[in-house]
Amino acid sequence: MDKPDLSVQLGALNLKNPVLTASGTFGYGREFASVMDPGLLGGIVVKGISLKPMVGNPPPRIVETPGGMLNAIGLANVGLEAFLSEKLPWLQKLKVLVIVNIYGHSLDEYGAVAAGLKGVPGVAALEVNISCPNVEQGGMAFGTDPDMAARVTERVLRETDKPVIVKLSPNVTDIRVIARAVEKAGAHAISLINTLTGMTIDIEKRTSKLANGSGGLSGPAIRPVALHMVRQVVQTVRLPVIGIGGIREARDALEFLIAGADAVQVGTANFVNPGASLDIISGIEKFLMEHHIESVKEIIGTLKN
Amino acid sequence: MIEASTEIVFNKRVAKNTFFMGFRSEPMVNVAKPGQFVMMRVRSSIDPLLRRPFSICGVNGDVLLILYRVVGQGTAILSEKRPGDLIRVLGPLGRGFAFPGKAVQPIMVAGGMGIAPLIFLSLTLARKDQHFLAGYGISAEVVPPDQLGIVGLSPAIATEDGSQGHHGRVTDLLESVLSNAKKIPSAIFTCGPLPMLQAVRRIALGKSIPCQVSLESTMACGVGACQGCAVRKAPRFDGAYAHVCQDGPVFDAEILDWEVM
Ligand SMILES: Cc1cc2nc3c(=O)[nH]c(=O)nc-3n(C[C@H](O)[C@H](O)[C@H](O)COP(=O)(O)OP(=O)(O)OC[C@H]3O[C@@H](n4cnc5c(N)ncnc54)[C@H](O)[C@@H]3O)c2cc1C
Ligand SMILES: Cc1cc2nc3c(=O)[nH]c(=O)nc-3n(C[C@H](O)[C@H](O)[C@H](O)COP(=O)(O)O)c2cc1C
Ligand code: FES
Repeated sequence: MDKPDLSVQLGALNLKNPVLTASGTFGYGREFASVMDPGLLGGIVVKGISLKPMVGNPPPRIVETPGGMLNAIGLANVGLEAFLSEKLPWLQKLKVLVIVNIYGHSLDEYGAVAAGLKGVPGVAALEVNISCPNVEQGGMAFGTDPDMAARVTERVLRETDKPVIVKLSPNVTDIRVIARAVEKAGAHAISLINTLTGMTIDIEKRTSKLANGSGGLSGPAIRPVALHMVRQVVQTVRLPVIGIGGIREARDALEFLIAGADAVQVGTANFVNPGASLDIISGIEKFLMEHHIESVKEIIGTLKN
Repeated sequence: MIEASTEIVFNKRVAKNTFFMGFRSEPMVNVAKPGQFVMMRVRSSIDPLLRRPFSICGVNGDVLLILYRVVGQGTAILSEKRPGDLIRVLGPLGRGFAFPGKAVQPIMVAGGMGIAPLIFLSLTLARKDQHFLAGYGISAEVVPPDQLGIVGLSPAIATEDGSQGHHGRVTDLLESVLSNAKKIPSAIFTCGPLPMLQAVRRIALGKSIPCQVSLESTMACGVGACQGCAVRKAPRFDGAYAHVCQDGPVFDAEILDWEVM
């Protein structure tokens, strides 16, 4: 049998395979390049970019938890200007699909980052992180309110010429409500999930193990939650969906594809095994060959019950 | 930087809760520098999930050496490995020690497992006029260099309970070396628990001796991708952070903000 076709379509985006690396877990694409070829990826989602550079939270910023980790990085990043001048040129040479994850603390900031990336060659799409606190609304995350989520989506759409993927927060009562709101606002695709808020305590010191108090849980521990939310969203909207959360092997990625995700992102697993995303690509290929399936598209959304 | 499955050559107990491990990797040996570290995947399951960082303690032929203390689950699993077992290693990582051109009487100040990178440094500098000072809690923790197969390295020992060597802190040894020195030493290299690093840095600053510290922090990736390993830079850097895995683990002490460590 010939090698199966791994390409997938995410609205206007053509991916050579359905495996991307998740924002914040793969730096600006270059960090792991000496031990794995990022050019083989379906795409790279870079660290969340804000208008101005952000130094991030005080340490400790990360702590391991059973089957996962909590992070409170505080969205530390180089800022839009340095991203464009220092980080993007290397990615452009790589000839890999680059998606820029963006965030802001106000609607204006989201709009300004999107505007700054307008027309920039080598940026295939924007992924909008709406898990960020809204400083104008008492710090409540944009992504926990359907109205705010819709307004961020509209604002970014107005300022950009690129496909817009909205990345949903799982820290909500009903994720379908948010998914519906961003679809209505015009988003081109949805990705989920971002991290689940959690904490852990040092019982000797009686302090949170993270200087920030709470942090975002990621890794294998969150996978069943992520999968269920992806399923809920796939059944709610018509948009392409990217599944994220705890994926570390091909079989995990296949669960998300069968649930109806058109592509997946690999996050925390990169830290454990820098080659995880490439292993997942070859593992999906092997699965398809073993099952005599010619294209990965044939398994997307084939959940039977 | 290399990521490989490597073969463990030996893994032996050398002091209380302290193990010395060698694993084969010629490509890593060829590029390893004192002060650099490796990230080890102690087990392929998800518990523990993340890799564990360890300083490179030296090289021997095509074998890379680490020295570690069992403090939790990951190091306990590591201590049970046998010769012939395979282990995935990522490294060498980070920026090691900078060697000042004509280092006069370089001083190495180690606390506990902080001895690991300083052994590699000391063997690489190979200076007759160097001082190697090592502090421990109790004598059972003292790592004798001959247990590591190292000849010609005899650190001055301090133990806090007085069971071996000087009764007190390693910084007492540092003070006395400095007050007896005929020439001002041109560099101090230190690694160990934070309070000790703080004390060493204060002494070095008082004598205007350049001081390089090797720091630890919690790490997820080890390569600069996660931003998890931040340490605050000195106030003149406007609250910016450095990243231990990439900008360090070895830092010029005066780059760092010692008030918030
Ligand atoms: C750059 C670098 C180099 C290091 N070099 C060495 C070395 O040469 N030899 C050595 O023995 N150790 C070294 N460490 C520390 C070592 O990585 C930790 O002791 C180890 O990760 C603990 O894993 P664990 O699963 O056994 O413990 P865990 O279960 O993760 O933790 C158990 C206890 O150990 C403490 N601990 C965990 N991680 C660290 C840490 N990074 N630093 C200090 N305490 C920690 C925790 O607070 C906890 O109390 C280094 C750390 C860094 C960042
Ligand atoms: C250290 C770290 C930093 C992250 N930074 C971002 C970020 O800047 N923007 C964002 O949208 N998501 C960020 N995330 C969330 C991940 O992209 C991903 O949604 C989440 O970790 C779940 O996937 P995983 O279980 O595969 O890691 C970060 C996650 C981690 C662990
Ligand atoms: S450990 Fe990930 S950036 Fe340093």
